[in-house]
Amino acid sequence: MEEEDLKKRKKRSIAIGLMLVGFAILFYAITIIRLGGDVFNRPL
Amino acid sequence: MSDVSLKSMDDVYPQSAGGEVRDYFQLLKPRVMSLVVFTSFVGLMLAPGTLHPFLGFVAILAIAVGAGASGALNMWYDADIDGQMQRTAARPIPRGRVSKDEALALGVVLSCFSVLVLGLATNWLAAGLLALTIGFYLFVYTMWLKRRTPQNIVIGGAAGSFPPMIGWAAVTGSVSLESVVLFLIIFLWTPPHFWALALYRCRDYSRVGVPMLPVVKGPDSTRTHILVYSFILVAFSLAPVALGFGGVAYLIMSGLLGAGFLYLAYLVFVHRVGVEADGHAKRLFLFSIFYLFALYLVLLLEAMVPGMMVPTGFEFKV
Repeated sequence: MEEEDLKKRKKRSIAIGLMLVGFAILFYAITIIRLGGDVFNRPL
Repeated sequence: MSDVSLKSMDDVYPQSAGGEVRDYFQLLKPRVMSLVVFTSFVGLMLAPGTLHPFLGFVAILAIAVGAGASGALNMWYDADIDGQMQRTAARPIPRGRVSKDEALALGVVLSCFSVLVLGLATNWLAAGLLALTIGFYLFVYTMWLKRRTPQNIVIGGAAGSFPPMIGWAAVTGSVSLESVVLFLIIFLWTPPHFWALALYRCRDYSRVGVPMLPVVKGPDSTRTHILVYSFILVAFSLAPVALGFGGVAYLIMSGLLGAGFLYLAYLVFVHRVGVEADGHAKRLFLFSIFYLFALYLVLLLEAMVPGMMVPTGFEFKV
């Protein structure tokens, strides 16, 4: 693989990583907003 | 598809080592996505009820990504003809920047994610409508109708008409008459919009055997179709007034914009040869984008700006 392709691959990997982090944050935020305070209201 | 044709496809579009991030973004048809974002936002804002602003943002994002995913799946399936058409030759797959397999994978993954996120953030009716939209665009329009019938964009236009209905369903959890009207405005707008494009891109479609109306019935018949559908569209654009969610401002704007639309459709009907004819078709195509955007914008402003919504008195009393 040439250096140019390696650079492109690195950029793609970063983009995929950022998307996955964004997706995790999105899921977390949706859960908190949908469940509100009830998310903490459970027996331990 | 036989092995032979698969091999020839690989010769034409060699498997890339992977493109730039922007090449993958191009697969999502960002310009189409922007209209989808806007119309779904209008549907969401017009709907009665409330939705947490963040969940509203997530809903629009999911609808946009779903639309983008169907764009990627469309480019995956149509790669063989895209490369032979001037309008689509610069797309990432024909240019060899992204492989067909990558486009397919991106489309499938984003489809699943967008439907899942919309369902979790709002409700499963909205998510179901988004799944239906993606499925309709891929299976009914792209795979079935596009290469078989000149009615391809008439029926296939339904896929592009769903976003405001999805936005509405995201808030209300239901499909009401108002959201059906929002759907039908785009549905009736699609044929004259795409036939205007097909008129001046006729040779492109003819070369690859896509039976657009000008290719099958000829340019003159297409001009008649454009004029008739334009009348139907302009008449139907008054439906929000009749149902009471379009006020005086909408009535005036839809009248003015409708007159402009009909005038341009008339010019397309009258001027039938040469560069001038192509110019009129191009003007109608571009104006039709502005027309839809402006109609929806007025509906949005009437719903959002206090005091702007003045009832016309023409509403049907049910």
